[in-house]
Amino acid sequence: MNALIISAILGVVMMFSGILLKQKTAVRNVAIGGIIILLLANILEMGGTVFFTIDSRGMIAFDQFALLFNTIVFVSTLLYLLLSAKEIEKVGVNYADYFALIFFILCGITLVSSFKSLLILFLGIEIISIPLYILTGSDKRNLKSNEASLKYFLLGVFSTGLMLMGIALVYGARGTFLTVPDPLVTVVPNALLITGMSLLLFSMAFKVSAAPFHFWTPDVYDGAPTVFTSFMATIVKAAVFIAFIRLFDDAFEGLQPQWRLWIAVITAITLFVGNITAVFQQSVKRMLAYSSIAQAGFMLLSLYAMNTEAKEGLLIYAAAYCLATIGIFAVLAKMNDYTFDGFNGLARREPLIAATLTILLLSLAGIPLTAGFLAKFYMLKATIATPNSLWLVIFAVLMAAVSVYYYFRVIQAMYFKEGNDATTGFSPFFKWTMVLMASLVILLGLFPDLLLNWLYF
Amino acid sequence: MPINYYIFLSIALFSIGIVGVLTRRNAIIIFMCVELMLNAVNLMLVAFSKMHYKAALLAGDVNGTAGTDGQLFVFFIMVVAAAEVTVGLAIIVMMYRNIHSVDVNFLNRLKH
Repeated sequence: MNALIISAILGVVMMFSGILLKQKTAVRNVAIGGIIILLLANILEMGGTVFFTIDSRGMIAFDQFALLFNTIVFVSTLLYLLLSAKEIEKVGVNYADYFALIFFILCGITLVSSFKSLLILFLGIEIISIPLYILTGSDKRNLKSNEASLKYFLLGVFSTGLMLMGIALVYGARGTFLTVPDPLVTVVPNALLITGMSLLLFSMAFKVSAAPFHFWTPDVYDGAPTVFTSFMATIVKAAVFIAFIRLFDDAFEGLQPQWRLWIAVITAITLFVGNITAVFQQSVKRMLAYSSIAQAGFMLLSLYAMNTEAKEGLLIYAAAYCLATIGIFAVLAKMNDYTFDGFNGLARREPLIAATLTILLLSLAGIPLTAGFLAKFYMLKATIATPNSLWLVIFAVLMAAVSVYYYFRVIQAMYFKEGNDATTGFSPFFKWTMVLMASLVILLGLFPDLLLNWLYF
Repeated sequence: MPINYYIFLSIALFSIGIVGVLTRRNAIIIFMCVELMLNAVNLMLVAFSKMHYKAALLAGDVNGTAGTDGQLFVFFIMVVAAAEVTVGLAIIVMMYRNIHSVDVNFLNRLKH
């Protein structure tokens, strides 16, 4: 409850800071201070210190899983702001409002990671989505940004409509919005419940950009300002995954035979489409958009398996994926040329940046000793524990092998090609934050228990 | 009236909304169709709410609070829909200023 209320207050504080503070540095420092306060409040709540106690009538439950995920999100956002806060200020004159919107999105994320009622799920998803539509279109003069935001808005609202219909039908079948129904009342799986569940499945698959519903993703990620693409593709996506797994774990556990095959098919298509299309991209930003679809395919495996290992794995996956992708996007935002050629010869000019970037890319590709490897390993281990899933595991491994190709293209461009200077320069602070990020990725890859022990704290 | 009538009406409205979203090219009409979908859901929720209320009453629940959460949900949908209208119309206006059209066929420049 700490993080929920403090993040909402901080959003309002950021809005006023735009009026009261005239200096860009001051606004940025308020934002970074705010996220640190948020992180500390959340860690205190993990230790049992709760500042606010509100009777939500069982609609919200801040269990250890939700709190640990929130911590991951806040740490990622802190690193994101440290790396990219200056880029946010370049997007437009209303930079304080962008920080405010980011805090409101964090408020939505704390809701979707802890909901026990479909009402809270709906509100959380909307609190995340509406600021995102604004952030996507924040580059007002740029036609690509306009298009991306209109496309995202129309499709996002459409999927919200489907989700609401799903919620209404589930309510019709069960008579309650709580995701954990009364154990005394047994509901036979009837047509209402199954249809509602399928609609919820489709709309959530849309929100995490799983394959048959992924068409908006590359365009939106490409058109949005790069700093906000970074936020959208990492932290928000991971949060919606947590909502997805919570929903299907709590509300539809009894219907597993009905949805498991759907999920398996969606996973396989997502892995295929994401990885194969990413191979043919010429722009690194667009490649990262497809790579985020491909990584979503891996995260969907946790939904398919739905056991303890899958949940642990999803947390590690969220951490590994967020850290690596935020770092890569932060470097990309400083590039003048977004194609693969833009990275030519980076290693000679900026050896430290190139080295950290290589570690992050290796983590995304799933090379051992990095967090990405361990995350993929947990996912596959969880999947193989479920019956009749060997084909999916083999397919996922093959697709992970394909992904190595397009991640290594960036490394190859950096180290083995000559190129002219195409960057705007990196400050020493930026470099050391990147080093911190890369060391976190390796640390998590060597000792995953550092993270997972908190789950049973 | 039996609940079936409400459910069929609601599903019909919802389908009109979906077909509109998928076939129309004008951003504002697409948006209206989405609102139609949301209002179909509102109707459905109120109908189910009354259904659960009546069922609880027949089962002997004298308090009569069963099913009220469905109607509460309707208010939340209205609020969220209003927020969406605010943001959505702003985005459409921003688009109109740049290309002087609200036709979604223009939205294909990002493909390349």
